[in-house]
Amino acid sequence: MATAPDVTRNPFTQTESPAVGVTIENLSKSFGTFEVLKDISFAVKPGEIFVLMGPSGSGKSVLLKHIVGLEMPTAGKVTVDRRDAAAEETREHVRMALVFQAGALFNSISVYDNLALYPREHRIGNEASIREKVMHALQILSLENAAQKFPSELSGGMKKRVAIARALVMEPQLMLYDEPTSELDPVMGATISEIIATLKDQYHVTTIVVSHDRDLALNIADRVGILMGGRLVFLGPPSELHEPKDPKVADFLHPKIDLQNPRFKQLET
Amino acid sequence: MRQLNNILEGFGSTILLLFRSIGYLPSLPRQFGRFVEQCYLIGYTTLPIVAILSFFIGSVLALQAGYSMQNFGAKQFIGSLVGLSMARELGPVMVAILLAGRVGSAITAELASMKVYQEIDALVTMNIPPVRMLVMPRLAAAVVMVPVLAIIANLVGWFGGAIVSKYTNFISIDPPAYFAALRRFMEFKDVANGLIKAEVFGLGVVLVCCNIGLNTRGGPREIGASVTRAVVTSLILILVLDYFVTKALM
Repeated sequence: MATAPDVTRNPFTQTESPAVGVTIENLSKSFGTFEVLKDISFAVKPGEIFVLMGPSGSGKSVLLKHIVGLEMPTAGKVTVDRRDAAAEETREHVRMALVFQAGALFNSISVYDNLALYPREHRIGNEASIREKVMHALQILSLENAAQKFPSELSGGMKKRVAIARALVMEPQLMLYDEPTSELDPVMGATISEIIATLKDQYHVTTIVVSHDRDLALNIADRVGILMGGRLVFLGPPSELHEPKDPKVADFLHPKIDLQNPRFKQLET
Repeated sequence: MRQLNNILEGFGSTILLLFRSIGYLPSLPRQFGRFVEQCYLIGYTTLPIVAILSFFIGSVLALQAGYSMQNFGAKQFIGSLVGLSMARELGPVMVAILLAGRVGSAITAELASMKVYQEIDALVTMNIPPVRMLVMPRLAAAVVMVPVLAIIANLVGWFGGAIVSKYTNFISIDPPAYFAALRRFMEFKDVANGLIKAEVFGLGVVLVCCNIGLNTRGGPREIGASVTRAVVTSLILILVLDYFVTKALM
């Protein structure tokens, strides 16, 4: 991946605003007595694509929620553009957009209104300019014909693309994706990966992707982090993942199906 | 102990929600479309059932009063009895109970569903405060529409009592005599106290239902449980508040 400049080119107005960095320092998170995240530290540079991988239940989505301020750390600190991610003011200064795993589209309004909600609520432009922005975002993701549809009328892949388009209308400085390729067929998964990389290349937005998708990580990431059991067990460029040194990481990335000695039988014993 | 904790936590978060909603009140002109939509849902769509129930409550009151009073020769006071009962107690309480069952349950179901399916989280990440967009317009609409519903409930209830008084053989009081009795013993204060009660109940119901909806966690089953909890809590709240507000207004 080419190194991106530290600016976010606004896709709609051609103005530039700085891409932001994210720093996670000694982050721990517990729900009751269960510790989900254990002393995690890493930083994401402005304009970088950082892919966070790990088995189900390893705490990836919880970590993502800390970055957008939906969860509060039990210990440690998360900063976005050197501001506390948990503080409400941070969202006023930094435009962050999270593409949820299930889309989190507003089901009672049309796709068009889903995209127009942010500029309308923040009074960004008049209705004509909002329409232009929304149609532009839909066009980027080849969704022009879905504008008047309701989320319930869309396929899984279209919902993900609408969620990305909705995030794009926010002209984000930091874009976060939670499992963007899950529940999609391989071709649609590849399409979404291409969209993420294209958006980063064209608009140089800082991108953090939480995913199980090895192909996505190897093809579009600048750096990859792997979480296992709440700890960060790998942090580095995707090239190092071709032959990982840690056997657990190797097993996660290249699992072998062993019918003679299946994993679930090992778990039982 | 845990239940007591939950009750106190629910009470605290409801009060906080009220203050946060009041804080967003200046943005009401920007939310005017949503406010009007909520006025329609709270007021207009509840009106038919309020009218039907009020009519029959007024009718039954007149019937029972006429039956009981005929032996004492006190039938001429039926108008004042129905008038005072509807204005001071039954009108506001009935409107609040209908609000809890019809509108409150829908509010909780909608907000709980938005919470469970991460729409509320999406609003937060878009820096759109859910309280400003989802709670404040509903509260403002309740403040405006609930007293209107209570006034309509009173009028229809009085009218129902008048019809029954006229056409029931053992009562047979003409409407002019019925309304004269109603006016003789009733003051503006009685109606105003009833409207204050309706206002307090309406605010309480909408706040409780919004708070329970916004704090729902889990899946479809929890949405159903939240709706049940919101309606039951609202009903208890109405009757508890009824006692204290009535005492305060005496």
